[in-house]
Amino acid sequence: MVTADPPDDPSDGASTLRAVSSTDTAKPRVAAVEGWFTLEDPPHLLGTKCSACGTYFFPREDDWCRRPGCGSTDLVEVELSRTGKIWSYTDAQYQPPTPYVSPHEEFGSFAQAAVELAEEQLIVMGQVVEGVGVADLTTGQEVELVIEPLFEDDEAVHLVWKWKPVAS
Amino acid sequence: MSRDVVVAGVGMHPWGKWGRNFVEYGRAAVADALEDSGLDWRDVEFVSGADTIRNGYPGFIAGATFAQAMGWTGVPVASSYAACASGATAMSVARDRIRAGACEIALVVGADTTPKGFFKPVEGADRFTDPDWLRFRLLGATNPTYFALYARRRMDLYGATDEDFAQVKVKNAKHGLANPRARYRKEVTIEEVLASPMVADPLRLLEICATSDGGAAVILMSLDEAERRGVADSLKVAAISTVTPTYPNTVLDLPEFATDSAAVSAAPELPYRAAISAAAYEEAGVGPDDIDLAEVYDLSTALELDWVESLGLCKEGEAEQLVRAGETSIGGRIPVNTSGGLSSFGEAIPAQALAQVCELTWQLRGQAGDRQVDGARVGITANQGLFGHGSSVILTR
Repeated sequence: MVTADPPDDPSDGASTLRAVSSTDTAKPRVAAVEGWFTLEDPPHLLGTKCSACGTYFFPREDDWCRRPGCGSTDLVEVELSRTGKIWSYTDAQYQPPTPYVSPHEEFGSFAQAAVELAEEQLIVMGQVVEGVGVADLTTGQEVELVIEPLFEDDEAVHLVWKWKPVAS
Repeated sequence: MSRDVVVAGVGMHPWGKWGRNFVEYGRAAVADALEDSGLDWRDVEFVSGADTIRNGYPGFIAGATFAQAMGWTGVPVASSYAACASGATAMSVARDRIRAGACEIALVVGADTTPKGFFKPVEGADRFTDPDWLRFRLLGATNPTYFALYARRRMDLYGATDEDFAQVKVKNAKHGLANPRARYRKEVTIEEVLASPMVADPLRLLEICATSDGGAAVILMSLDEAERRGVADSLKVAAISTVTPTYPNTVLDLPEFATDSAAVSAAPELPYRAAISAAAYEEAGVGPDDIDLAEVYDLSTALELDWVESLGLCKEGEAEQLVRAGETSIGGRIPVNTSGGLSSFGEAIPAQALAQVCELTWQLRGQAGDRQVDGARVGITANQGLFGHGSSVILTR
């Protein structure tokens, strides 16, 4: 039988992790990566914009404008558009390898979307909120940015940006 | 005026999954390539290694690793890493050295031993500045995630179906049957492909290439040297493209989080993947109509269709029609992946671009047996290494 290798089983010494509980308010809620998004309501992705030529960067570029011929070192933080249209989407049916960490003890499949931001003219990837699968998504669909837990450990609940279909 | 460089010999260890030292596979490939070109190891004047980054230090210095494995002769070496493009980059380094007149005979070699399952980032501490680490942590994005995004686009833009994608696997499995070095040598039906488990919607397990062990080697010579030595059937290296993207890169590329912004700069005339082979066509002075066969990077079934279009072998959106009509099968108008492709081999990163060159070599020499494309004179390879490494080689008879 022709087969490809099945992806690795999920197991990564996850003894310090447990299911994320939305009622656990004792633990600090922190961004899983610093400086990429705000935790306000509503949240925004944080990118940078070149003061000289006006191009945008996400993930942020703080030191050097990478538009050839510009080379400015004057880049400012900007909040990116909160909504966009789906460019494409997929899901993860197997647990990705480390350093991915499942938010729950048992892995559950989740969707991902690449979203076009109109003003910034760039496409940004993100997970899709829990409970929304590929069957609920279409190319061109409008989505908005939200924050959800990525995983939890002894120290904190680590948060990440996700895309959520805009209620029609 | 450049000196012509030719492929004077090739060698390949079969692809498989044994977990042995990668050096063993590479050395076997080198031995075969030396025999194929009628050389002794001591005739080699430059070694250009394609690195593996998952096998510790010896993998990062592949040139020296293989020079030592074959026996130190004081030969100069270079080692290249360019992800999937490593073999082509290593080949371009060797070719340029010959063209510069610094040597006449060069060995290019790459080999890998791979882990089971998904490729994951190189082991180590958390790396918040490494996009390849972060995409796993923040997005849970594996390589198939990206292949699936491109596949979904083909469905939405061109009406590609699950059956279209599965047909690519069926075609390549059939080609692989005739390749003694392929890891998978069994025909598969559309039904079997569609019955395999979904990995990243819409791509299923049998549509995503495996990760494999393997090794390949190519001997390059100046044309003068090949003629002096009476090498029969040498093939001209007409082009090697190693171009990077042009800003703004507006196609979401593995393993990035986002594209460049097109807010103030227009997207380049050619998207990146097409630009890779365009550079090769221009250097070789040939066009898509001159191509007799193509070895492209079918990391997924759908991606082969993207490549066929990027190579200009048909118009955008028409690749599915080509497959349906059998045009990309052996015997068709423009055979693609006569070797069986990654579908039949799986991927051994540093060796894979060289494996593509091996297949072109056998085809253009008329040594491809049951896979033979009649009258093949011009072949092209194409792949793309993550973080912006282009790879396209054109060989001509």
